[in-house]
Amino acid sequence: MAVRQQTAAARVQPPITERVTVLAWLKHNLFSTWYNSLLTILVGYLLYLVLVPFFRWAVLDATIAGDSKAACSFGGACWTLVKVRLGQYVYGLYPEDQRWRVNLALVIAALAMVPLFLERFRHRLTYAVGLVVIYPIVGYALFYGGWMGLPVVETSRWGGLFLTLVIAGVGITASLPLGILLALGRRSEMPVIRSLCVAFIELVRGVPLVTILFMASVMLPLFLPAGVNFDKLMRALVGVALFSAAYMAEVIRGGLQAIPKGQYEAAMALGLGYWQMTGLVILPQALRMVIPGIVNTFIGLFKDTSLVTIIGLFDLLGMAKLIVTDPQWLGLAAESYIFAAFGFWIFCFAMSRYSQHVERRLSAGERR
Amino acid sequence: MAAAAPRPGGGRRTVFWNDPRVRAIFAQTVVLLLVIAGVAYLVNNTIANRERLGVASGFDFLRQVAGFDISQTLIDYDRTFSYGRAFVVGLINTFYVAVVGIVLATVIGFLMGVARLSSNWLVAKVADAYVEIVRNIPLLLQLIVWYFVVLAGLPAPRESIALGEGAFLNIRGLFLPKPVFGEGTAIFLAAVGLAVIAVIVLGRWARRRFEATGQPFPVFWTALAILLAVPALGYLLAGMPISFEYPKLGKFRISGGLVMLPEFMAMVAGLSIYTGAFIAEIVRAGILAIPKGQWEAAQALGLSRGQTLRLIIIPQALRVIIPPQTSQYLNLTKNSSLGVAIAYPDFFNVAGTINNQTGQAVEVIAITMAVYLSLSLTISAFMNWYNARMALVER
Repeated sequence: MAVRQQTAAARVQPPITERVTVLAWLKHNLFSTWYNSLLTILVGYLLYLVLVPFFRWAVLDATIAGDSKAACSFGGACWTLVKVRLGQYVYGLYPEDQRWRVNLALVIAALAMVPLFLERFRHRLTYAVGLVVIYPIVGYALFYGGWMGLPVVETSRWGGLFLTLVIAGVGITASLPLGILLALGRRSEMPVIRSLCVAFIELVRGVPLVTILFMASVMLPLFLPAGVNFDKLMRALVGVALFSAAYMAEVIRGGLQAIPKGQYEAAMALGLGYWQMTGLVILPQALRMVIPGIVNTFIGLFKDTSLVTIIGLFDLLGMAKLIVTDPQWLGLAAESYIFAAFGFWIFCFAMSRYSQHVERRLSAGERR
Repeated sequence: MAAAAPRPGGGRRTVFWNDPRVRAIFAQTVVLLLVIAGVAYLVNNTIANRERLGVASGFDFLRQVAGFDISQTLIDYDRTFSYGRAFVVGLINTFYVAVVGIVLATVIGFLMGVARLSSNWLVAKVADAYVEIVRNIPLLLQLIVWYFVVLAGLPAPRESIALGEGAFLNIRGLFLPKPVFGEGTAIFLAAVGLAVIAVIVLGRWARRRFEATGQPFPVFWTALAILLAVPALGYLLAGMPISFEYPKLGKFRISGGLVMLPEFMAMVAGLSIYTGAFIAEIVRAGILAIPKGQWEAAQALGLSRGQTLRLIIIPQALRVIIPPQTSQYLNLTKNSSLGVAIAYPDFFNVAGTINNQTGQAVEVIAITMAVYLSLSLTISAFMNWYNARMALVER
């Protein structure tokens, strides 16, 4: 297959006439050689075979009106299901009259995060640390309730996109500090601490997340004294946090290794102790360098939250699966899963775009 | 009074708790004691809990009769075999799906990675869309869609889709002709072995000749000819020992032939398409990492596009590609444990069933973790060896 090398070479000397007609564009990009023409026709035909029926099913023949399966004509997609059950996709089995609590917590989160994006705000790090400590307490108080007349909502009723965000949020906020500690431990000069960190990181990275979640849900009750019981969601959160911490540690270690030795020596020459050196000189540079890697780990974590479905929690995927089994809406698996897939896709795509943006900005700074 | 003057460079004598060495020993002792105490506490609780629940301990259960069926067995197995055997069956199923998945993912990934760099706008955009869509949807969701939506939509056995001679596709799986090895297969296999050895020798010879005289030798075509002709000759000489058993379409079921279960197909499709998207990104980055000067230099030497790619670009790009590729292979192998969600009897799935039946969670989890760890270590050891072979040899 031809590689876009000539186009790059052509860009060096732009053509004298910059007017590109449609035909010229077509010829250049689709029909430049005989095999390119053949390829275009072949791929175009395959696309036609796949996309046209899909478009017909998903849009032209689809139904969204009505409020039962009877409203759906045969042949097209039945988005009525998604419309009627939208609340469950978003909030799971959370009581309908209490959903405002979730919304309120989300609004608080969005507002509280605004200062983090203000370039002029000087104490962003302190603020972020404070937020990470305080917000989970606020969120839990709102979600779980049991005070100020708020009725208790058991964690088994949390679900849908809301639960996905809770697990991903906790995983992200817990894995970053844990990962930093593990990465520092792995590069420590103290043999005991180093080997403990290496053992933990390699053990966790060597096994699939499912086994860790499974272990958290089956083994944790065995590990704890009789009578002490953890909530199922809590066990999943511990598993997800430990798992992503190990991956995060490896990303951050990459950043730490890229810091020149001179930085350490200069910090020591200034008389800084280990924690001052790490916190003020090394980490700010190392973390900045691996922001794309960190965001990629976040994306992986966000997608991995769907595995809690296997241990019986109802996150967005779990809800989609549960709704499919509803006898009133049988046979609409495709609609339900496509909608869930779209939900995951939006978040992951946004994060990956953000990471690309940061990467470009960072490399622009280096280019001078 | 000179003794009272401060020693040059020495400063004050540090108090012993400020000595970094003392501090390091102290910190490590504390951490070690904490870890030991924590582990002892957990072990103690576990022993107490197991006594309370009356769960047996030890690995004796591996020899007990399993008593459950496994839908896909590549070695002899039925419910009268032992738990140990069931573990092995599961492990082989994991290997099977991982190997097929890795091969397909690599093919998809290389094709799509090169396609993203194609000068053909449509091809590049299609590859872009593939990567951006597939990478950002959880694998578990994709597996579920493959199994419960796509493959569940296949027709019943009676309305099987016929794929050429003796192959059917229906909701029970993909049915293919099964090779039956008759007498004289050994001769055929010997011919295959001979052909492989001949190709290796030929490659070495061509390389040495090329280095000595600069004359290239059409290794690829010669090798292809040898690989096709010698086994074919052996096959004929041995009296055509391999015949095919075709699946027979019955009223309700299909008998005979080679069956690929829908669970297996869904796993292979999901794993290879998902991992392929990541490999495509790696391949693209690898090719883009080669400086433009390499293309220009190759062109100046009079190499054709294909030769440039084959002799100049890909060997260098592979160096960039292999390390991240390794972790994708590892991920695919670990992700095969998601088979539990669509009832593919992989190792993790079998281990879960055994755990439910015996209740010996500690032993089962220990075996599971040990198996996945050694799988990971084996793959990374192999890829490290390959990487070392491909790495830049500097003077």
